[in-house]
Amino acid sequence: MKPTLIRNLKRDRTYFLLLAPVLLYYVLFKYVPMFGIIVSFKDYNLFAGVWKSDWVGLKYYKMFFQNPDAYDIIKNTFVLGIYKVVFGFPAPIILALLLNELRWKAYKRFVQTVSYLPHFLSAVVASGIIIMLLSPSTGWINHVIQSFGFEPVNFLQQASWFRTVYISSEIWQEIGWGSIIYLAALTAIDPQLYEAARIDGANRWKQTLHVTLPGIAPAIVILFILQIGKILEFGFDKVYLLSNPATYETSDIIATYVYRMGIIQGNFSYATAIDLFMGIIGLVFVYSANQVSRRLGETSLW
Amino acid sequence: MTKRIGVFDIVNVLILAFVAAVALFPFIHMASVSLSSAHYVVRNEVSFWPKGVQFDVYGEVLRDNRLLVGYKNTIIYVVLGTALSLFFTSMGAYSLSKRTLTFGKQIMLFIVFTMLFSGGMIPTYLVVRSYHLMDTVWAMVLPGLISTWNLIVMRTFFQGIPAEIEESGKIDGSSDIRTLFSIVLPLSKPVLMTIGLFYAVGIWNNFFHALLYLREESLYPLQLVIRNIVMVGQIGDAITSAASEQQGIVLESLKYAFILVGTLPILVVYPFIQRHFVNGVLIGSVKG
Repeated sequence: MKPTLIRNLKRDRTYFLLLAPVLLYYVLFKYVPMFGIIVSFKDYNLFAGVWKSDWVGLKYYKMFFQNPDAYDIIKNTFVLGIYKVVFGFPAPIILALLLNELRWKAYKRFVQTVSYLPHFLSAVVASGIIIMLLSPSTGWINHVIQSFGFEPVNFLQQASWFRTVYISSEIWQEIGWGSIIYLAALTAIDPQLYEAARIDGANRWKQTLHVTLPGIAPAIVILFILQIGKILEFGFDKVYLLSNPATYETSDIIATYVYRMGIIQGNFSYATAIDLFMGIIGLVFVYSANQVSRRLGETSLW
Repeated sequence: MTKRIGVFDIVNVLILAFVAAVALFPFIHMASVSLSSAHYVVRNEVSFWPKGVQFDVYGEVLRDNRLLVGYKNTIIYVVLGTALSLFFTSMGAYSLSKRTLTFGKQIMLFIVFTMLFSGGMIPTYLVVRSYHLMDTVWAMVLPGLISTWNLIVMRTFFQGIPAEIEESGKIDGSSDIRTLFSIVLPLSKPVLMTIGLFYAVGIWNNFFHALLYLREESLYPLQLVIRNIVMVGQIGDAITSAASEQQGIVLESLKYAFILVGTLPILVVYPFIQRHFVNGVLIGSVKG
């Protein structure tokens, strides 16, 4: 047994050499921070560092749950995540189905190409555009609203508008990009199935219902499960850039709160405790999602 | 079978025209406002086409030192970061693509686990700080050196290269390293291109690491500069005085011009590279 192992290690030595920097990266930038989580059970002291600071047990966890804001922040995170699935998930499927029905191929390619574009904008540029377009005094959207005789809306200063603005901007950025996978799944459907459906007298709507949708159903199921697994994962950037104290009531999520508490106010232990709490809930989601997808006999993440 | 054009086809074309318009309109509007004369911008009269075309705003933008420094920094981060990330990712992915690799499964588990759970923002920040990376070029390169998703995409691609091709090289006596550089990598140009572009766009757009790890203004990348100018409203002294003197420049036009100049490289190369990105998504989806 032992000689084989050593022989194999020797045989693979080049590969280990090539792999070493990658593993070093994961250790230094992924696993060392995981151990840094212990800071949430300690009173972080800048001069003592993470290891030598005093233990305080669950002090910061209690502090978070006794904070009246905690409930709102957790709720905001979940609500935003759920809205993203409910409104953001079907959008690319609908776009893919509409594109699929298009007979004018050049136009199809044009719409596809253009719809991917917002995906490549940085969070800063996307948020900058949104803030400018929604400005109550100079923004084009309010200009249109006023031209219909309504009062301008201060979208980004009202908590009631934040979720709508954020989710719409996510759909704007991701609808085209998200449709790529579905369009690929659509091309894999056997054309003979459409032929057979037509002979049976199915119109286009019926064909969509009985041939197209079942054809891409596996892709929809898998992506839906993965999406549920990532429900609590947000790009911190855009939420952070679009929110402001006037909208914290709906816009303050775990990630932005952790940033403010930790990086801005320097309360590292408290911020880490909140982050860990949410990280564990997130892990439960991803793990369950993966178990479900594995049980369905399709692909799984690992 | 004849294909008739029904009501649905017309509605569909219109819906998709709307989708395309929503994706494109912000860019057209920004360009129009930034090119229009102040007179029309102030009265909110510009939507699709520029009115009273002038280029003064761009003169002001290009004279802004912060933008130039931001551009320079971003280019340094993109070139350095993409080169290193691509190099190490491909080396690692190649090794991991070997099905016989000793402890291969355990190593993959070790890597994939980091997709599920991470130390989080603060511990990572403390670690980066303890490595003395704060306020250095490396803060923009090392914390995001390897993207696990990109690593997996590359590994999947390498696994698809028939083993016979590599073995033929081995029989001729070439070492593992030579096989990689003279046989495997030349066959992998498309995936190297795709992953390289993913990294490059990721670093170009990276705002988060700059926000966390850079305090020194001379190191600010373009994204942070644009954020400060457009959202925090730090319009430079030079510009405000110049603008008030000329009475010809509106803040709105100026901000749009900053955004456009900052996005220009992506907009220019986009039509040429989008095919590569689509390929990347499709390779990635094979593994789910």
